[in-house]
Amino acid sequence: MALIDLANPTRFVALVERVLPWLVAATLIAFAFGLWGAYLAPDDYQQGATVKIMFIHVPNAWLSMFVWATMSAAALGTLVWRHPLADVAAKCAAPIGAAFTFLALATGSLWGRPMWGTYWVWDARLTSELVLFIMYLALIALWRTVDDPSRAGRAAAVLTLVGAINLPIIKFSVDWWNTLHQPASVFRVGGPAIDWSMLMPLLVMAIAFTLLFVTLHLAAMRNEIMRRRVRTLMLIQAERAA
Amino acid sequence: MDLGPHAGFIIAAYIIATAVVAALVGWVTADHTAQKRALAELERRGITRRSAESRPMQIKEPA
Repeated sequence: MALIDLANPTRFVALVERVLPWLVAATLIAFAFGLWGAYLAPDDYQQGATVKIMFIHVPNAWLSMFVWATMSAAALGTLVWRHPLADVAAKCAAPIGAAFTFLALATGSLWGRPMWGTYWVWDARLTSELVLFIMYLALIALWRTVDDPSRAGRAAAVLTLVGAINLPIIKFSVDWWNTLHQPASVFRVGGPAIDWSMLMPLLVMAIAFTLLFVTLHLAAMRNEIMRRRVRTLMLIQAERAA
Repeated sequence: MDLGPHAGFIIAAYIIATAVVAALVGWVTADHTAQKRALAELERRGITRRSAESRPMQIKEPA
């Protein structure tokens, strides 16, 4: 099935209904394995058991950026290729991305208090991640402000692409500036700096949260298509009554 | 399982994560139920796109 075939909302909803139960099952299995791995993971020699917070913090930090990158691709779909479902994809991803960003910030603070002695510092990594969270909220507010979905979609697409400049800033902030936040431990030159006994549950939890995003995103897109159908039918009803 | 002297922070992190994920799932599920109900109500009232197309065209006589 080509991407253009999914441009038909009815066909897309039918596909989502078929695929959703499998995605839910895969997500639950991945979380079961990930949480079991987190439970069994040894204590870190410096962090102690607090390393277990990393199994939530790191996947959510990765996904906070991945979701914005997904929205950026959808924004190109809206502005360049005018794919009918591109703005639906972008609108539905925003609340999920905001939730992941909130979790990255909250769990990072809960890790920072015992490790650094503070819940928050205004270093480059934390500040740029907070900016990302505020941008998510601004995007959600923009979607709610403009009534017409296609006008809202174009405005949101421009804002999303402008905001994408924050992604490399977040990623390279620990290299470009002196930060309290540690440098990259997984995706780095020379390979991961984490022992396999901790890396494995971390990667499984990352897969679990990614599957969660895909599942919720597709379900939310289905809901948005239904919402637009309701809106169209209510407009027809209002026309007939007039 | 001994979570050490900072157990409260670890437990709080997992509780917050569970709450946020549960809220996301609840939002998507509740929204789906609401949209299904709205579509069913509109269908019950006979409001469909096909019914709009089936109305006879009104041809206006030139002035």
